[in-house]
Amino acid sequence: MAFQTNSKLVKWIDYRLPIFTMAQHSLIEYPTPKNLSYLWNFGSLAGIVLVIQIVTGIVLAMHYTPHIDFAFASVEHIMRDVNYGWLLRYMHANGASAFFFVVYIHIFRGFYYGSYKSPREVLWFLGILILLVMMATAFMGYVLPWGQMSYWGATVITNLFSAIPVVGEHIVTWLWGGYSIGNPTLNRFFSLHYLLPFVLVGLVMLHLMALHQHGSNNPLGIDRKGPQDSIPFHPYYTVKDLFGLMVFLVVFSILMFYFPNALGEPDNYIPANPLVTPAHIVPEWYLLPFYAILRSVPDKLGGVLLMFSSIFILFLLPWLDTSPVRSGRFRPLFKQFFLIFIIDCCVLLVVGANPPEGMFKIVGRIATAYYFIHFLIILPLVGWFERPRPLPQSISEPVLGAGAAPSPAPAREKA
Amino acid sequence: MRKQLTAAAVALLLAAGLGGPAFAAAEEAVPSQHWSFFGAFGTYDRAALQRGYQVYKEVCAACHSMKYLAFRNLEDIGLNEAEVKALAAEFQIADGPNDKGEMFERPGRPSDHFKPPFPNDQAARAAFGGALPPDLSLMAKARPGGPDYTAALLTGFKDAPAGFKVPEGLYYNEYFPGHKIAMPPPLSDGQVTFADGTKASVQQMSRDVSTFLMWAAEPKLEDRHRLGLKVVIFLLVLCGLFFFAKRKIWAEVH
Repeated sequence: MAFQTNSKLVKWIDYRLPIFTMAQHSLIEYPTPKNLSYLWNFGSLAGIVLVIQIVTGIVLAMHYTPHIDFAFASVEHIMRDVNYGWLLRYMHANGASAFFFVVYIHIFRGFYYGSYKSPREVLWFLGILILLVMMATAFMGYVLPWGQMSYWGATVITNLFSAIPVVGEHIVTWLWGGYSIGNPTLNRFFSLHYLLPFVLVGLVMLHLMALHQHGSNNPLGIDRKGPQDSIPFHPYYTVKDLFGLMVFLVVFSILMFYFPNALGEPDNYIPANPLVTPAHIVPEWYLLPFYAILRSVPDKLGGVLLMFSSIFILFLLPWLDTSPVRSGRFRPLFKQFFLIFIIDCCVLLVVGANPPEGMFKIVGRIATAYYFIHFLIILPLVGWFERPRPLPQSISEPVLGAGAAPSPAPAREKA
Repeated sequence: MRKQLTAAAVALLLAAGLGGPAFAAAEEAVPSQHWSFFGAFGTYDRAALQRGYQVYKEVCAACHSMKYLAFRNLEDIGLNEAEVKALAAEFQIADGPNDKGEMFERPGRPSDHFKPPFPNDQAARAAFGGALPPDLSLMAKARPGGPDYTAALLTGFKDAPAGFKVPEGLYYNEYFPGHKIAMPPPLSDGQVTFADGTKASVQQMSRDVSTFLMWAAEPKLEDRHRLGLKVVIFLLVLCGLFFFAKRKIWAEVH
């Protein structure tokens, strides 16, 4: 259905720049599986959190000073003297946590329902790229307040590149813009921290393009058979996403207004001091599992390679998972291993928060090994040996029950 | 799936519980106290803040700076404009250069920041045998435990247990990481005279100054609590509206 309007102005614009037709096509009519659960809210939620981060971040940048002598003081200036500066900063700092929380649920939803399988592999790849850029952005943002954890976190992470044979040291010097972490480092981190969110916006647009090509996966993991399986995005999913957004905002507000420093490290309220190393250097919670993998290998280069592999292995997931069935709902064996995998990731998180000694060292190594075993051995084997339960005929069948009336709001299937 | 989700949620909660407090091991656990600024409706006790400021000014400020605070901020703890003006004028603040290119001293103004006890960190270190008394502006947020920790530290000076060697110039403190602290016990009973007649016990002073330090580190806490309540109530109402809107719109689909 073409875009209908009585407004001459809108028609005039739309004839020359079809933004109204596009919005109609991809936000209003866009046919969506009718059986999406609340786990499908987290994609749009992540998009909204990205917008919150960009808006608060732009205003914070108006008051922040990217200089090693003034950065810490300028953050305190924001907290004390800028009108609602405390609100902006707490929103932005906790917003980063919220962003990762939402995105991790989004990713695990994809794991469970096989959203990475054909024909959505490129959609999945773009998602991994988004995660990587998010991590880089969050890391550089954490350096900006120039507290103790900022400084020492930056030291640990940039030093990882020194593990690269032959050119490692040169790369680190190049990253730092000098022979130690200093003002050039802080300046470039600020510049990149401002740039990368817009790269994220671009990647998100590509992610959406890839999504709209074949539409959302759904809890049953089967393709839509006809118009009776779809409903238009608006009003069904707009209202559902908005309800989910409000619930999210309640939780986020409670965190931000009443426990704004709960997820932060007290050490970052101490100005950076190159001469005093904190007792435990830890990243923010959302990077802890990767930090645990990094430290589980006694060899520096090995640890770095393993840490990067833990993300890059996700690019192979569409082929490592050999099962023809998408949804975990019909995969009795996969279900069990999926649960163990979630627990494994939580264990890695706990290990990452603790010094790599004694029990944590051993548990960290086992959990790291299991992380890779899950992808490289368990997923391919489960796909071969598992006997999936029978799939339903269509999406409408389990939703309406056999022989029920056709959907009252049929949407045109995408050509 | 529901069973899986529940199990995953439990695992996540466990992870959150174990991930956080693992650092405090080995030190004496800091006793938690009740503070008026806790909770969704928490506010600062103005009388405690003013007593706390007096303790800071008469005791702590001899060694510790508080450079992110300005005299004008003291209006928040209940001093009026004239009192703040008079208080600021007690201090001689370095300013300049003037038209002749010379630095000079003038009486403080409300917009001036608290005058540090030493002109720079090196001077402070020189005066204390190499140890730098930390700036106190953010102390209540810069240590695990916050106000509980500062209050415990100030009352935690004890004789070292048998066999524990405390080097010359250091003191034993139950709650300080490593127990060897360069700060001598700063408080003693009756050290200050409170205008409101409160008895200045070490316990009382440590509590009051901890309240003051919390305010200094988080001066917008009351604004935050007030705004947070409005925002959460507003969002809960919206949640309800969208819940029913969603139910109505989806009724025909299910």
